[in-house]
Amino acid sequence: MAPLSAIPLNHYLALSAILFSIGVIGVLTRRNAIIVFMCVELMLNSVNLTLVAFSAFLGQITGQILVFFVMAVAAAEAAVGLAIIIAIFRNKQTVNIDEINLMKW
Amino acid sequence: MYQLAGYIVLLPLLGFLANGLFGKRISSERLSGLIGSGTVGASFVMAAIIFLEMLKASPEQRFHVVTLFQWVAAGSLKVDVAFQIDQLSILMTLIVTGVGFLIHVYSIGYMHGDRAFWRFFAYLNLFIFMMLNLVLADNFLLMFLGWEGVGLCSFLLIGFWHDRKFDTGGYAPGTATTSDAARKAFIVNRIGDFGFLIALFLMFNMFGSLVFEDVFARANAIIAPGDATMFWITLLLFMGAAGKSAQIPLYVWLPDAMAGPTPVSALIHAATMVTAGVYMVARCALLYSLAPATMEIVAIVGTATAFFAATMGLVQNDIKKVLAYSTVSQLGYMFLGLGVGSFTAGIFHVMTHAFFKALLFLGAGAVIHAMRDEQDIQKMGGLRSNLPLTYKTFVVAALAIAGIPPLSGFFSKDEILWRAYEHGSFLYWLAGWLTAGLTAFYMFRLVSLTFEGKGRWGHDVHPHEAPRTMTVPLVILAILSVIGGMAGIPQSLGGGNAVEQWLEPVFAKARSHLMSGYAGAGSEYLFMGLSVAVAVAGISAARIFYMKRPDLPARMAAAFSRLHTLLWRKYYVDEVYDALVVTPLVRGSDKLLWKGVDAGFIDGIVNAAAKVVSMASERLRRIQGGVVQGYAFAFVVGIIVILGILMFR
Repeated sequence: MAPLSAIPLNHYLALSAILFSIGVIGVLTRRNAIIVFMCVELMLNSVNLTLVAFSAFLGQITGQILVFFVMAVAAAEAAVGLAIIIAIFRNKQTVNIDEINLMKW
Repeated sequence: MYQLAGYIVLLPLLGFLANGLFGKRISSERLSGLIGSGTVGASFVMAAIIFLEMLKASPEQRFHVVTLFQWVAAGSLKVDVAFQIDQLSILMTLIVTGVGFLIHVYSIGYMHGDRAFWRFFAYLNLFIFMMLNLVLADNFLLMFLGWEGVGLCSFLLIGFWHDRKFDTGGYAPGTATTSDAARKAFIVNRIGDFGFLIALFLMFNMFGSLVFEDVFARANAIIAPGDATMFWITLLLFMGAAGKSAQIPLYVWLPDAMAGPTPVSALIHAATMVTAGVYMVARCALLYSLAPATMEIVAIVGTATAFFAATMGLVQNDIKKVLAYSTVSQLGYMFLGLGVGSFTAGIFHVMTHAFFKALLFLGAGAVIHAMRDEQDIQKMGGLRSNLPLTYKTFVVAALAIAGIPPLSGFFSKDEILWRAYEHGSFLYWLAGWLTAGLTAFYMFRLVSLTFEGKGRWGHDVHPHEAPRTMTVPLVILAILSVIGGMAGIPQSLGGGNAVEQWLEPVFAKARSHLMSGYAGAGSEYLFMGLSVAVAVAGISAARIFYMKRPDLPARMAAAFSRLHTLLWRKYYVDEVYDALVVTPLVRGSDKLLWKGVDAGFIDGIVNAAAKVVSMASERLRRIQGGVVQGYAFAFVVGIIVILGILMFR
């Protein structure tokens, strides 16, 4: 296996940034609520990648510990979010977030 | 004993509160009348006690100030509720409470059966309270409180029978109510009060105090006669007096004030409130003596008012209107006396006038009561036999006001005329003398048309003498009208002129600034003779016109019809005021101030502010679209902005 120093840190960070941006664009533009959640997970995982990359390059274990926390929170959040989507679906028979717009002026 | 002054003023206030708050529930004429009259009677007794105390003391010891409590302490303005008891104020207090008491007793009979009997006595007591504050005050501010207060009570009492129709003699025919008369009285009074207030400001600015003794002492020390500011202060004070005491040009409210019940006319518009102006000028004698120009103005206005009012009284047909113009005329006499420097003569006439004018009004009230509220003398006549006591007392009062010796009116009126001549102006004396003749004439015209001859009333009227509560005050006032003059018999006739001696210390400093002439006792007898002669001439002329040859008045009216109409329509003064002052003000208020400024401009600003907020919020609410991705987009934009700032700082 090639040593970690063979791939420069910047490559990891760039990949993470690209993944984050893709996630953001997905959250902003997709209509299906479940797809939006997938994009949110994508954003969270890009952050995980950043943390792990730094952890490896700085030789400290702190980054990987933080990744555990992020994963736990992501899981919990996904569970709750999907529960909310199911509740909405039961009422409105749709998961198209453009149609969930009652909370306005 | 002087501490009683506080109670003298307090009792009528308590009477007002008792009748005002509980009168309707008590609902007993006897009790309301008792409370109302009792408080004033008690005040009179206390005033008499103080007076007797003062008689025993020497002239220097007769001055007392009784302080009740501090009223205003704002910066350099310190005013207490304090009463000044001296010769002048105790005399006025006796007049107010004495004549007031008699009129309260009279009202028990006159207002019998009225459904607001208790309210009448409440207002009467409030009036006495305010009037006592006015005459007993030791500072201008408390006097002004009483001044305004009596104006208020005048308004309340004139309009006592509100919504009753009222005849104003040709002006605004058929539509005027007693409330209109009450409003007119209050508003015209307020115009005078404006002058009074400005004078107070000037006085405080100049002397730093509003207490009489302070102001007079400082004025005496630092002001030279003829000073310009003093001219304005005294002139503005006189403007207030002209409003309150019905002098030209602010007399127009008094004839219309006859819309109120007759005891009100007797008390307020004959004996007390209208004399407040005279009292005020007398109290400020020192200030006036330092402004000779104003004193001339006072004398001129007084003389002119006396003459013109007498001419208007010649042709009136309402019994109370004749007496109203007579009051205005006699008030003119009082100001003439003050204006020529004889302050005691003016106050003496206040006293005698209170007696006989109150008697005249109360007698007129007895007649109106007997004739079932008829007030037109053309529909009366022959009441001499039906109302003997009223007739006799009325004639006594008429003789007194005409100036027939030895009744009181002769002494006080003659004193004024004599002093006017002494002062140097023959014109004042001549005008006053002619007015005396006119006074005798219209007074006995009234007596003849009301009491003499044959009755001109219909069959449904059964005139009968009034009850005792009404006739006893008439008799007492008649006695006072006869003997009241004894207090002021001049030295030329052997008397000591007690009134002048009594009041002299009050006016001593003022008189020292005035030049006084003296024309010798011989001429004084001549003028006395002339006064009596003109009075007798007036009475005889009236008897000829109205008893011996009753066709004569109608023929004279036809021959001088334009002059007659001019007098009958009161020189059209009311119409002129209406055109020049009232209508422009009302129209200006309606079109410009109400519709233009208030509804248009101010409401417009408020409405515009509301519209702006409304439009802004209309635009702003579109931010909250309800779509989650919109909010998320806002997040992202914000993050980019912050990142940019952080990176490129």
